[in-house]
Amino acid sequence: MAKNILIKNGFVIDPANKINQKANVYVVDGKIAEVSKFEPKADLIIDAAGKYVLPGLIDIHVHFREPGDEEEETIASGSAAAVAGGFTSVVCMPNTDPAIDDATSVEYIHRMGRQARRTHVYVMGAITKGRAGEQLSEMGFMTQAGAVGFTDDGSGVQNAAVMLRALKYSSMFKNIVISQHCQDNLLAGAGAMNAGFNSTVLGLPGIDPLAEEMMLWRDIQLVRKTNMRYHVQHVSTAKSAELIRQAKNDCLPITCEVAPHHLLLTDDACCDYDTNYKVNPPLRTAKDIEAIKQAIKDGVIDALASDHAPHLKSEKELEFLAAPFGIASLECALGLYIKALIEPKIIDWPQLVSIMAVNPAKIISVDKGTLGKGKQADITIIDPDFEYTVDVNKFRSKSKNCPYDGWKLKGKVEYTIVGGEIRYSTFATV
Amino acid sequence: MSKKEFIWNRKHLIGLRELSREEIEYILDTAQGFEQVSTRSIKKAPTLRGKVVVNLFFEDSTRTRNSFTLAANRLSADVIEFTQKSSSVSKGETLLDTARNLEAMGIDIVVIRHSAGGAPKFLSRNINACVVNAGDGYCEHPTQGLLDTFTIRKIKGSLEGLKIAIVGDIAHSRVARSDIYAMTKLGAEVTLVGPPTLMPAKVSQLPVQVSYSLDAVIGQVDVINMLRIQFERMGTNPFPSIKEYSHYFGLTVERMKKAKKDILVMHPGPINRGVEIESEVADGTNSVILQQVTNGLAVRMAVLFLVNQAAMAKE
Ligand SMILES: [Zn+2]
Repeated sequence: MAKNILIKNGFVIDPANKINQKANVYVVDGKIAEVSKFEPKADLIIDAAGKYVLPGLIDIHVHFREPGDEEEETIASGSAAAVAGGFTSVVCMPNTDPAIDDATSVEYIHRMGRQARRTHVYVMGAITKGRAGEQLSEMGFMTQAGAVGFTDDGSGVQNAAVMLRALKYSSMFKNIVISQHCQDNLLAGAGAMNAGFNSTVLGLPGIDPLAEEMMLWRDIQLVRKTNMRYHVQHVSTAKSAELIRQAKNDCLPITCEVAPHHLLLTDDACCDYDTNYKVNPPLRTAKDIEAIKQAIKDGVIDALASDHAPHLKSEKELEFLAAPFGIASLECALGLYIKALIEPKIIDWPQLVSIMAVNPAKIISVDKGTLGKGKQADITIIDPDFEYTVDVNKFRSKSKNCPYDGWKLKGKVEYTIVGGEIRYSTFATV
Repeated sequence: MSKKEFIWNRKHLIGLRELSREEIEYILDTAQGFEQVSTRSIKKAPTLRGKVVVNLFFEDSTRTRNSFTLAANRLSADVIEFTQKSSSVSKGETLLDTARNLEAMGIDIVVIRHSAGGAPKFLSRNINACVVNAGDGYCEHPTQGLLDTFTIRKIKGSLEGLKIAIVGDIAHSRVARSDIYAMTKLGAEVTLVGPPTLMPAKVSQLPVQVSYSLDAVIGQVDVINMLRIQFERMGTNPFPSIKEYSHYFGLTVERMKKAKKDILVMHPGPINRGVEIESEVADGTNSVILQQVTNGLAVRMAVLFLVNQAAMAKE
């Protein structure tokens, strides 16, 4: 490992420190020593001329399938995919088999993450034991073990009393966020896609947008009562974005994220019964996309996550109704966000870095997301104009269930530096 | 384009939504040609001799299955019956496994009935044999749509300008969807009738009218198609009781008094007598329910014939 790294002549975008200019980034002993015109001697020099140098990107919503479904993804394979996608930190969801619902499981994820030596691996614990939605899991012990938040992701906590209890109880721990996959199971039913004209002609049971909005509305009332930090996962409808906007206007401590497919794909994509487009929450309509993009522009959406959900080909090679939900997208998420938000000029680069690094770090309360002096050197270097074609066969992820195969995207990750170590580079096998 | 120049080139029949008016008319015309086979003393044509047809039924449907079997037999095909009540996935073997196994046996046409919308399309993408949809989830039931249309055309001469009501559980009805596509493409005006809880999402985007009152519609229409109430779906409770449903949407003798004298009463069967339709009406002079069954045979023969022809042309 190089003791000192000098990243020369790159364009540094560090919104937390209001830096948006050409500068050199000097890394010493795994920490940021300086960001300036200063050009010290270094063991390793990276010429970043024409490249963007960003604080390491943070993805707060990934599924690494370990323990339980290691043939779909492991923490090692998922971590390798993460750094290839420019992410220096990820947050694993607890809907594994068994669920991450105790301190031992949290420690296990951390250990496997360290062993993988790629990205930082964080984890959210389950809100309820076994994600059954009934009894609170040991949030205290899991917090002590380093869990950064809690969620029953994969499903929402159906019982309002349990959710209220979770919000109240977690308030005695610092830096904990309760996250929710907002979906009322009874309203969602056995739905396989968005309820709308397409589900009608495809003859597939639909998931009404209300299933998401009702639970979100309910939770907002619970947050109003508890004033506890609450995070909405993968917002998918226009009305949800509107509810969050209002809640924020009321100064409630609510944050939220969106996933790339809810910005780029509509339920029209399901018309050929291609199960690569089966996600939960489902792909919605162009109107929803427009509203969510507007919410991003207005700062209502705090974070961009991938909701990386790998599944085996054999699992997706089923009738649409029978196939599992999810898209594997870690390795192309950045390019997808550039396509959805930068290219149509909805936001600029500093805003993109804010919602892909600065805010995600705040949501999970980690001291990251900036290139501030003395911070751990998590850095992503990208070539913003480099166009590439998504090729699922080159994915490090074990699963290739990705509808973007063959898409042309801009913004190639060239280096991913984690804690001062180059953990990914397009120029060499690291 | 004259009918003679028309070339049928689909080796699968997945649904009527994707068919043009010409294609639908071509199937109906072909079916007309097959009608007389059933009236001959030797009820067989050699059309599919040496071909293997598989009836791949993942859902119960004696009527449709028998009709397809008989249609294939009349065309001299060998028929394999494959019935598996549970959905393929719960048995561990996937639909794809099943299909690949069948294909290894050298089959030519798969007639599939499945509880999942899109299963026939999925199958058609993954095997070389012809795929004929015998009903998928609540997506389509194309041969039913065709036989309904055939029946109306045969009696009324044409569907152009006809007013047709489809009554009942539209949301879960593959028959309704196939009927809508076929009938509107042939120029009929379709009104869907049923409680709002049985109307699918954004139904108004289909080329149809929607009404919640059978009484308001009954006097206007030339054809009324009464869908079967699916008791197995009553668990979700889309209406309070059968009694109340029958009161508002049942085709009773009383209600028939408001109907046009020459109204055609249809039903895809099997009938719940006294629920969606009173026995007297089902067996009455306006009823064409049994003719539908007869016509189903001709239509299915036509479909098997056409997809096989298209497959051979592609080889
Ligand atoms: Zn989720």
